[in-house]
Amino acid sequence: MTAAAMDINAAALRRDERREKLALFSLCAPASLLVLVIIVAPVGWLFWLSLFNDAGVMSLDNYTRMFESKSYTRIFITTFQVSFLTTALCVLLGYPLAYFLAQLPRRWAALGMLAVLLPFWTSLLVRTYAWLVVLQRKGLVNQWGMELGLWEAPLRLAHNLNGTLIGMAHIMLPFLVLPLYGAMKAIDFDYMKAAANLGANPVSAFRHVFLPLSLPGLFAGIIIVFVLCLGFFVTPAVLGGGKVIMVSMKIETLVDLFFNFGTASALGVVLLGLTLLVLFAAHKLLQLDRVLGGGHGGNP
Amino acid sequence: MRNNATVIHSTVAAAAFALTFAAGASAQSVTVASWGGSYQAAQSKALFMPVAAAMGITINEETYKGIGQVRTRVAANAVPWDIISTGSGGGARACVEEILIPLDYNLIDVSNFVADTHLPCCVGSDVFATVMAWNTDTYGDNGPQSWADFWDVQKFPGTRSIRGKMHGMLEPALMADGVAPRDVYRVLDSEAGIKRALDKIRELKPHVAVWWSSGAQHAQLMKDGEVDMTTGWNGRFDVAKADGAKVAYTYNQGLQDYDCFGIPKGAPNAGLAMQVIAEMSKAEFQVNLPKYITYGPTNAEVYQTGQVDESVARQLPSHPSNARKLLPVSQEWYAKWEKIGSEMYQDMITE
Repeated sequence: MTAAAMDINAAALRRDERREKLALFSLCAPASLLVLVIIVAPVGWLFWLSLFNDAGVMSLDNYTRMFESKSYTRIFITTFQVSFLTTALCVLLGYPLAYFLAQLPRRWAALGMLAVLLPFWTSLLVRTYAWLVVLQRKGLVNQWGMELGLWEAPLRLAHNLNGTLIGMAHIMLPFLVLPLYGAMKAIDFDYMKAAANLGANPVSAFRHVFLPLSLPGLFAGIIIVFVLCLGFFVTPAVLGGGKVIMVSMKIETLVDLFFNFGTASALGVVLLGLTLLVLFAAHKLLQLDRVLGGGHGGNP
Repeated sequence: MRNNATVIHSTVAAAAFALTFAAGASAQSVTVASWGGSYQAAQSKALFMPVAAAMGITINEETYKGIGQVRTRVAANAVPWDIISTGSGGGARACVEEILIPLDYNLIDVSNFVADTHLPCCVGSDVFATVMAWNTDTYGDNGPQSWADFWDVQKFPGTRSIRGKMHGMLEPALMADGVAPRDVYRVLDSEAGIKRALDKIRELKPHVAVWWSSGAQHAQLMKDGEVDMTTGWNGRFDVAKADGAKVAYTYNQGLQDYDCFGIPKGAPNAGLAMQVIAEMSKAEFQVNLPKYITYGPTNAEVYQTGQVDESVARQLPSHPSNARKLLPVSQEWYAKWEKIGSEMYQDMITE
């Protein structure tokens, strides 16, 4: 082929590519527009508001306040600590649960999933208050435990970090189990048989075959749970006894206390920034686009 | 421009209003927003319904979530309410922010009101008290009689609950630290004074099992026996007690506070709302309130009517025998120190 012919070919290919890109773009334009209107615009507006102080003058007051008062740092630390611990609890409980469900025959698995999903259909507030009834000083757990002589003085299970973590782990568990269960069901169990055939014992077959294949689902679950936890309000407010103060709760106090939304917006902006930072770090460390199957190339 | 917009808006609102009510040919109406629950139920039976009947108008009721919501409505120039019922603190801030309009005190007669129960734009509707309450299973009838007792975990061993916000907490702390009630706001009028109060709370902190955030919560804490002592609003404890809670409280060294009625800027029927508020402030209507909730009237004339049962009257925070034990909350102090104090308080909780 001559060079000229190749040029013509290349030009035609480029044209086609542009046309395809345009077509794809216009296909996702409605969705992009929706995201723009309901997410980008309001967040941008909040960011804009955060630049005005209480007197309505443009300044960085709302941000400098966060450095002047130590409680802001502590509140951010608490927020990330609670989110991290809740996620860890969910992984510890959720992975074996999802693994177990994935092994069950279809009918029993469906029943198990129902048990996981049932709490989902109960109001969050109801579940949180139910935990209060169970965990408080004269609650069910303490009453039974002391009647059975397991412990003498009531355990402090509610109105502190313990209660918050128990409540939040319960509420977040389905968010971890669902994507994980999905990923596990997609794993062909013949791989495990093949591993056994090649001489792997069950533990090493699990470690080298099943676990890596289930990681995308696990990471998806972890990210959903962690990010949801960061903005959580009801459960820490009810079960934390006023000691576990998360960013969302501080935002509420600020909206009530100050004349405008600036101060509260600033806090929201910082939380959003930190969340993105954590996600970015996780993305880099765990190479999420590879395990989650996104990004360029690497199509199976 | 802005004025024009306001005029157009009011005209449209007035026209819409006229159209809505022309058909029914009924009398005029106002809309009141309050906190809901047993509190609003009491207001409705004692004030809204009788006043509406007496004036031959309709009073519509709604619930709302507080002054923050009024602020957003006023900013959006879309105020659905003519009268709002709020706490004195919210009322005072709303006055400063000019989201409530000044009240006409030639029309509203406050000459017989309990001292410090009205603001330029919010007139007291009922008096309540922030008090110390205790579990009668734990301490019997010999509960704490002063804030020093409340702080004394040797004499009164057990868990405590105090508010998660500064409001109504710094005053008790200073009294526990030996400051006389009449000197409390003078001492608090500096960062050093606030710090002194916070240091006193730091002493109690290891024994604070719960930092409460709402009246419903501190009532529930006592009902469940979750803590042995708490601060809180007297009426809530009476309701909890009637519901079987083992709780008692004292007015000693309590803080006298009040709820109030105001008219949001841009209210559709501000003129009529003013008349309604004037009526609700009269003793003949306020006399009904204690029948439904143990909050006292702001109009002290009620106690002279002889229509309130003496045994009921003696339980009310604005009854002279109780009022003298209480320290009236200083709205000037809160206006000046609320933000600084709130940040310092949260610092103390999170450290």
